Amino acid sequence: MSIPRDRVRNFSIIAHIDHGKSTLADRILEQTKAVAVRDMENQLLDNMDLERERGITIKAHAVTLVYTAKDGNDYVFNLIDTPGHVDFNYEVSRSLAACEGAVLVVDASQGIEAQTLANTYLAVDAGLEIVPVVNKIDLPSAQPEKAKEEIEDIIGIPADEAPCVSAKLGTNIDLVMEQIVKNVPPPQGDEKEPLQALIFDSYYDAYKGVIIHVRIKNGQVHPGDEIRMMATGAEFTVVECGFCRATCLEKSEGLFAGEVGYIAASIKEVKQARVGDTVTLADNPAKVPLPGYRSVQPMVFCGIYPADGAKYPDLRDALEKLQLNDAALSYEPETSVALGFGFRCGFLGLLHMEIIQERLEREYNLDIITTAPSVVYKITKTNGEVVCIDNPTNYPDPALIEQAEEPMTNAHIYAPSDYVGNIMELCQDRRGTFKDMNYIDTDRVDIHYELPLNEIIYDFFDALKSRTRGYASFDYELSGYQKSSLVKLDIMLNGEVVDALSFIIHADKAYPRARKMAEKLAEKIPRQLFEVPIQACIGGRIIARETVKAMRKDVLAKCYGGDITRKKKLLEKQKEGKKRMRQLGTVEVPQEAFMSVLKLDE
Amino acid sequence: MCLNSMNKKEPVGVYIHVPFCDGKCPYCDFYSLYGNDKLIDEYTQTVSKVMAKSSEKWNRTADTLYFGGGTPNLLGQERLSFLIKTAKEKFGLENAEITVEVNPAEDLSGFLEEIKKAGANRLSIGLQSANEDELKLLGRRHTVKQAEKAVKDAQNAGFKNISLDLMLAIQKQTKESLLRSINFCAEMGVQHISAYLLKIEPKTLYYRKRDKLDVPNDDEAAELYLTACEELEKRGFMQYEISNFAKPGFESRHNLKYWDCKEYIGIGPAAHSFMDGKRFYYNRDIKGFMHDEEPALDGKGGSFEEYAMLKLRLCSGLDNEDCRKRFNMDIPERILKAAKLYQQGGLTVCDKNGIHFTPKGFLVSNMLISEILFSK
Repeated sequence: MSIPRDRVRNFSIIAHIDHGKSTLADRILEQTKAVAVRDMENQLLDNMDLERERGITIKAHAVTLVYTAKDGNDYVFNLIDTPGHVDFNYEVSRSLAACEGAVLVVDASQGIEAQTLANTYLAVDAGLEIVPVVNKIDLPSAQPEKAKEEIEDIIGIPADEAPCVSAKLGTNIDLVMEQIVKNVPPPQGDEKEPLQALIFDSYYDAYKGVIIHVRIKNGQVHPGDEIRMMATGAEFTVVECGFCRATCLEKSEGLFAGEVGYIAASIKEVKQARVGDTVTLADNPAKVPLPGYRSVQPMVFCGIYPADGAKYPDLRDALEKLQLNDAALSYEPETSVALGFGFRCGFLGLLHMEIIQERLEREYNLDIITTAPSVVYKITKTNGEVVCIDNPTNYPDPALIEQAEEPMTNAHIYAPSDYVGNIMELCQDRRGTFKDMNYIDTDRVDIHYELPLNEIIYDFFDALKSRTRGYASFDYELSGYQKSSLVKLDIMLNGEVVDALSFIIHADKAYPRARKMAEKLAEKIPRQLFEVPIQACIGGRIIARETVKAMRKDVLAKCYGGDITRKKKLLEKQKEGKKRMRQLGTVEVPQEAFMSVLKLDE
Repeated sequence: MCLNSMNKKEPVGVYIHVPFCDGKCPYCDFYSLYGNDKLIDEYTQTVSKVMAKSSEKWNRTADTLYFGGGTPNLLGQERLSFLIKTAKEKFGLENAEITVEVNPAEDLSGFLEEIKKAGANRLSIGLQSANEDELKLLGRRHTVKQAEKAVKDAQNAGFKNISLDLMLAIQKQTKESLLRSINFCAEMGVQHISAYLLKIEPKTLYYRKRDKLDVPNDDEAAELYLTACEELEKRGFMQYEISNFAKPGFESRHNLKYWDCKEYIGIGPAAHSFMDGKRFYYNRDIKGFMHDEEPALDGKGGSFEEYAMLKLRLCSGLDNEDCRKRFNMDIPERILKAAKLYQQGGLTVCDKNGIHFTPKGFLVSNMLISEILFSK
């Protein structure tokens, strides 16, 4: 690309879910004629079906565009998409680090939300120039002036010049383009320095291996160069580099300081090219890596099992493939008495976990059973040994525990002030410690709580939304470990412990949770040929009990006129039904029972 | 064709479906329609023709003939006698059990005498209940008195093998009312009783009204069933199948063919056949049947699974000897093992001869059969 560096603009779009980030991105693509309008599948940047359905961007993507500005010059726009969820905070921060500016999209009817605020702060911290845009002015409830005020009050940046647009209708998109040209500074950097390229995204391509998305901070890179990942130390030979255009990869002879593009170097796994790592040249390495690299630590764990035991190898292959593209996903084999062979999987957070589960089911067509999510507990044993427990099965004998600690979070909830009571009630119920509360404006608050991570990984967000009619948003970060009174709760069916249903819980919560679980199981386990007692216990002590009564009647009384077919069909149906059941000792448990106890509030 | 030339295979059963009713009972999902004289005439001719064709095709003798419905007595004595005569010509029917289902809503005295003469020797009378209020709620068009008269007429006509149908778990039924029905049967001096648990089938009036029906719940139904089994046995009606009870020697030979997984030829819309290892059925469509539509193939029959499923409906159960005869093997070990699991709970009895269910087991036989047959 023969456009000078001072006409390059690297920027992201920051928006709350549903505030129109993807739609705006599409309009920008149109304005640059990056794609023929007829080729536009709506919302091009979101590649995965799942992303489109959930309306969120899970992984960052980047696209290089050429925009002819009103001054008559061509500009290179590198639009770097960012994931919009707290689970992916780190990825967001790396994407932002690749930019000089960020377009902040605010919904004219909803105002600023927690996610937006969190990401905007990340952007401001990263020294980015913020270009505010007020979207959805086509809505009858739009209050663009109020939205502008909020931007000025809350974020503290001038918003009088902010374009008021409708990404949906394509209104005033050109104003956004011109603002980017005018306000986002061109990239700095020296192409004669040793190479420093920031990896802000990577994905696995079946033909080229891992494709890494980089922002060249200093130096240059060309096909044939030996490159080194500064954090992992892995070395590769560049096979190809170039720019990501809207619909294809465009090869180039090299990438230079200030540019955003891709490198393919026969890299086998995304693990070897972690987001945040610095790429340098093996024979002329940079002295220091770019700041900000963090190796990702899974925070939430759960067991994933194939519903049909025979599908274990398929599940393994699927996880392997997902991991090629997702360095944050961890998994290792585990066995459960109840569920057979499966995997203990680690995730960044609950959304990440749900995404992986859904992808396994949809993209790999697997029927899976997941166990209750767990966080990582730190247990100090009486002999001084400290163990990290992410699986209730491994929870030590209480007699051997000197001290137990659980991970805590700093959580911010943003909501209309009407809901403060409800929110505080919820946080209190979730063992939260109130920190402070700030009024964002006259009718919106930022409530700050310290909450145990294990209280928010189940259904906290759902509960929050239902208590605030969907108006609250929520953001958290890990704040460390805290001493806690923990117990392991076991569930027994017909006198036998079902390992897949065990979990670790705060002692104060054990009793109500045990009751609820027993009730839910009693509701979900169908009547069997004999009575099935359901017991919840801590150690040997039973704290809740329910009974599934024996089935009394299931008979085809009339087998008339030799119509065996019907009877046979019934038998076939029952045979099929059996396949969906898990045999636990003598008790058959439907898969839904395992899943339902994860959602006790429904 | 000469009957003597038929091969020496075991005699089969012949089922004739008579799909005519004067009204539809709200719980019934069998194939039936209103028949005028002309239609019934044509139908009789078709059945006779199909009998001839079947006889040609299979070249087998039969030792049971069963007229089920619908309401077979709506054929009238001439047509029914004609069909019995045809069946004898085509299938031999030496020493055969010839059953006719009848509805006591009609005055049957003359009819019964005639069909007796034609060769019918067993009657199945749709009593359902000996309590007027229950009969009304069932939508039956007969009274207890009429049923009583029907039984007496049958006995006077010389029938010595009479079965009464009872329904269990119907609206208003209590243990006491059930006992009245059972006593009625016993006092009438019949030889056989079929007692069916009501099942609300889709496409019936009961199904549409199911939320408003005040029928006993599953636990109550189970109690009624167990009461019936016990009280019937006390009166000499020994249970031999889930829903069937008989004085010794009066078990329905025709119905036993179904449960023994033996062969039978079904004629008429919605009738099923099992011949030469294959199952067939006629569509639920009288027009098709009368236009010579061939029965549809319903796949292979007579697998071990199917055999076991049917045998386990019988009190004699699945026994090693018969199993050896038919499949050249003993009952598989895994099945025995699975069945034994339920012996302690009183659902099965397992001994050296084989496996059979108890009445408690019959009550959950769908699940029990699948548990036992599909155990790993």
